Amino acid sequence: MVTLAVNGESRQMDVPDDMPLLWVLRDVLGLTGTKFGCGIAQCGACTVHLDGKPVRSCLLPVGGIGNRAITTIEAIGNTRNGAKVQKAWLDLEVIQCGYCQSGQIMSATALLDAIPHPDDADIDAAMAGNICRCGTYVRIRQAIKNAAAEA
Amino acid sequence: MTEERSHAGRISPFLLPDQTSNLSRRGFIGLAAGTAFIFGFYVPSRRPAQAAQGASFAPNAFIRIDRQGDITLIMPQVEMGQGTYTSISMIMAEELDADWSRVAVEHAPPDEKNYANPKLGIQATGSSNSVRAWWKPLRQAGASTRACFVEAAAQSWGVPPLECRTENSTVIHERTGRKVAYGALVDRAAAVKPPKDAPLKSVEAFRLIGRSLKRLDTPEKTNGKATYGIDVLPPGVKFATLAASPVLGGKVAHVDDRRAKAIPGVRQIVVLDDLVAVVGDHMWAAKCGLEALEIKWDDGPNGEVSSDLIWSRLRKASLREGAVAKEVGDAGTALRSSGTAGEVISATFEMPLLAHACMEPMNCTVHVTPSSAEAWIGTQVLERVHAAVAKGAELPAAQVTVHNHLIGGGFGRRLEPDMAYSAARIAKHVEGPVKIVWTREEDIRHDIYRPAYHDYLWARLEGDRITAWKHRVSGSSILARFLPAAFQKGVDGDGVDSAQNMPYDIPNLRVEFNREEPPGVVTGFWRGVGPNNTVFAIESFIDELARKAGKDPIAFRRAHLAKTPRLLAALDLVRDKSGWGTPLPPRCGRGVAVQPSFESFVACVVECEVDEAGEVKLRRVTTAVDTGVAVNPDTIVAQLQGAHIYGLTAALWGEITLEKGRVRQSNFNDYRVLRINETPPIDVYVIKSQEAPGGIGEAGTNGAIPALRNAIYAATGVPLRRMPIERKLIARSNRT
Repeated sequence: MVTLAVNGESRQMDVPDDMPLLWVLRDVLGLTGTKFGCGIAQCGACTVHLDGKPVRSCLLPVGGIGNRAITTIEAIGNTRNGAKVQKAWLDLEVIQCGYCQSGQIMSATALLDAIPHPDDADIDAAMAGNICRCGTYVRIRQAIKNAAAEA
Repeated sequence: MTEERSHAGRISPFLLPDQTSNLSRRGFIGLAAGTAFIFGFYVPSRRPAQAAQGASFAPNAFIRIDRQGDITLIMPQVEMGQGTYTSISMIMAEELDADWSRVAVEHAPPDEKNYANPKLGIQATGSSNSVRAWWKPLRQAGASTRACFVEAAAQSWGVPPLECRTENSTVIHERTGRKVAYGALVDRAAAVKPPKDAPLKSVEAFRLIGRSLKRLDTPEKTNGKATYGIDVLPPGVKFATLAASPVLGGKVAHVDDRRAKAIPGVRQIVVLDDLVAVVGDHMWAAKCGLEALEIKWDDGPNGEVSSDLIWSRLRKASLREGAVAKEVGDAGTALRSSGTAGEVISATFEMPLLAHACMEPMNCTVHVTPSSAEAWIGTQVLERVHAAVAKGAELPAAQVTVHNHLIGGGFGRRLEPDMAYSAARIAKHVEGPVKIVWTREEDIRHDIYRPAYHDYLWARLEGDRITAWKHRVSGSSILARFLPAAFQKGVDGDGVDSAQNMPYDIPNLRVEFNREEPPGVVTGFWRGVGPNNTVFAIESFIDELARKAGKDPIAFRRAHLAKTPRLLAALDLVRDKSGWGTPLPPRCGRGVAVQPSFESFVACVVECEVDEAGEVKLRRVTTAVDTGVAVNPDTIVAQLQGAHIYGLTAALWGEITLEKGRVRQSNFNDYRVLRINETPPIDVYVIKSQEAPGGIGEAGTNGAIPALRNAIYAATGVPLRRMPIERKLIARSNRT
């Protein structure tokens, strides 16, 4: 049995310790907002927060998570920065197909949590692990700046 | 967004559908040019299945309005990020004079009778023609529906319909000061015969079209609520992943599943002729199970295919004369005769096989019972998927239901139903619903690839004028497989698109297509389609001719664009906005490319820097476009920005190679894509226009590639002839 703290709730499940968090979220808990993109931590589509820090859930075995708080895209809007990022994304119409955007929003929120007013180099460093095939990067960069500028 | 289901459908053979009868019935004229697919416009009159339920007014297959005034628009085109749900809705809502805040959208069911793309003749979203194809029919649908409400209100008031106007889902009679909402007119309107020729608005009267309205599909994409095909979870669903034969046409020779079966959560191993799937309680069990399998493959006839073999065949083929796609004047003579002034210049250009690498890996969820099949997927070709599921499940199409979902990247990959066919074949052996998800590695290695092309170009340059031009495109024919009726007389209209209608004014022009199918690979549409090859070749060659003539690349193009004023205007605008001609640091350059593809006129300037090792840094991209009436201008900007990145990615790294019949690339580590830290600022300028809308989803892919190539040419003097960029040729030691 594995017990996880997901979006503020304690969840118990019978899964192997080495099972990556991504598949627990998607296939066991039905939290499908977190996406599968590559399975080797190359694309960032599976990004979630562990105690507020961004992690790639596709390579994170659930057995080692313990009681650290997991936050997914479904709950990130409950945080101040998460809501700001979501709003900035919509105001600027960042999204195209949207498949990678859960991961983009999780990474961007973690960036603002760590650096309230990131410059271009900060954005590059924090967001380079998130691939977007629709090519929304120009708007992602601007939306992060817009979110940071929101009071 | 709700899903739509249908229990009807027509079976068409998988992968090689014979669309001939269908096409001729619809008045197919020709696919000779990618921009000249012509069908009669029509507004289907049959109601969608759900429209019959409850009290609502559904005068055609696209619009449904209930008594509360809620408007549902049935989307014949699928949303894959290109903003089509919003643009298509705006077109209908404009003529309907709908209250935009009450508009919701719904996927159309598989139903080619009502929802076939008017320009393609099949139910498909591709070729950048959603707005182009539906511009007139859906405006007519909106106008006709509006006319029913006007007639209904006028009757109830006893006034002439012509005295009424409409606004925000309300019919208004100014003289008597009366108003009535569409919702209150639903029952009366249903008794009115929808007119076939309701007048359309003039461009000046548009109040929605031309505004950057917020997209309808994006809010749920910020909070995890949007459902893509890969997200469906029917009750009791199991999870599967698969290994297909690594060589096209190969078969399973032997499977040792002892270790796999011992893995907790693994429920079943399905061994088919050409693939093996592991079914488990979750994807992790399925993946672990698959890795634990020992599979021996019989490679079959393609086991020795290599990239070298594919290229050597293609190069050899390019030496023979191709089928003539276009002949103006006498290019043959003009390019041969030694007595004519000037000189003949020739060059060859090559584009590699490419994977699509959609962010959402291929997937399909299927539930097969002895008497039915139900499938969940995100696809660009709903009806073909419907047929593929029926074939895979070995059931009549009438017993098959397909639910379409949002698409996590299409780019042409989801114009193919192969994943649905494989999934249905697997699901046939599984009790209950099963979600089959391709690993990224399987997705990359079993793509239907963008063809490899070899282009051979000749030109006669007399002073600073091109007087003759010959362009021979050699490559596979996608249309011969995808839409056989469109492959005529040896010419693939897609393969020569933007070559036979190239924009430059040259008195002697000949364009040929040379079909040469690669062994061991299936090829298909990839964002930008044929023009991403032809525009690369043309615009690269033009730059070489400009240099030969001693002219600035923009000035040289301008001198040959007199007959294409819309492109000329875009070129002038991009020249002004890009800082063209201003000084740059060493080993930096600007390159330009223009294109008329998809009835949009795009001029693009890329600025780059090439370092000592030949690495390329993108500095800036500037683009100007005349795409006719810009339905949703912000979407047009977004599509060009994104498509530029898609094209630049391919130019920088994109190449699929084969060895021993196997694709060597596997994931984003060895099939690289552009990241945010490598992305330059991209500025797009949309020219105001009253022309009919052009296509925009793909246009940006094409120009970006030669514009970058030409920027490298300007920075280093090296005329690259192949994509992706060959670093060793532009490293410092090779500077000319």
